[in-house]
Amino acid sequence: MEAARDPREAAPRSTAALSAELSDAKLVALCRGGDEEAWGALVERFSRYVYAIAVQAFRLPEHDAEDVFQEVFARVYERLDTLREDEAVRPWIAQLTRRLCIDRLRAGSREVTADTAELPDGPDEDLLAQLEEAFDVHDALARLPENCREILDRFFARDESYRAIGEALELPAGTIASRISRCLDKLREAFEGRNKPGTAS
Amino acid sequence: MSGYDIERLSRLIGMLPPAPAAWESAARELPRARRELDMLVERAEADAEFRRALIADLESALRAEGVEPTTWPLLDELRRRVR
Repeated sequence: MEAARDPREAAPRSTAALSAELSDAKLVALCRGGDEEAWGALVERFSRYVYAIAVQAFRLPEHDAEDVFQEVFARVYERLDTLREDEAVRPWIAQLTRRLCIDRLRAGSREVTADTAELPDGPDEDLLAQLEEAFDVHDALARLPENCREILDRFFARDESYRAIGEALELPAGTIASRISRCLDKLREAFEGRNKPGTAS
Repeated sequence: MSGYDIERLSRLIGMLPPAPAAWESAARELPRARRELDMLVERAEADAEFRRALIADLESALRAEGVEPTTWPLLDELRRRVR
């Protein structure tokens, strides 16, 4: 496939850097042009979100969640051309994930209660709203310097211990707590700045 | 914005743990897998013996082509298309 890349960019870009620096719309446009690095960045940007919707909001068992996860990205890849507004990729992916989770729950329910019209429990709507907020926080986190991004993600999202973080980042374990605290302050500043009226990206 | 205290931000970060690495890796590989799928289907249409091999034992036929079926994300679609 031909990469739709800015010819001024000579150095190869990491998907993490791409994911942090490009808007949803730009990322979609690059993917549509066949840029495989951009596709990797798009997967990286939305993988946690899709996973959380399936596992937390719909409480799908792991093997069903995996099928939904793969199907979501397969459809996104196949149908990116049908997206009317590139900046709407996030609600589109959310909608697609929800629909596939519901299909999966219905299929499971049909197998279990084939002779009843019972439908399984729907998603936890409150949790879905919180996941939207969590996505925004991660978006702000992705724009912090790498040292803060890493330490906050490892501690809060990956649930790593001070010791594991210290070893991975080559930091004295005794300094981890204070670093986390400083980075959270930076994140709050970045997030609040991002959400002030007139500063929306 | 005072609602975004440190505790709330921490909780929100924790709400999005990484998806399993193998899932994400398979999704990243979709462009390559799509190309492989198209080549395999094209070959199956042109080569009846290859098509028979795919139908008889898809996993082994894929391995013989250098494609690892356990991590290849388009297995079901290939199965449908060569049926």
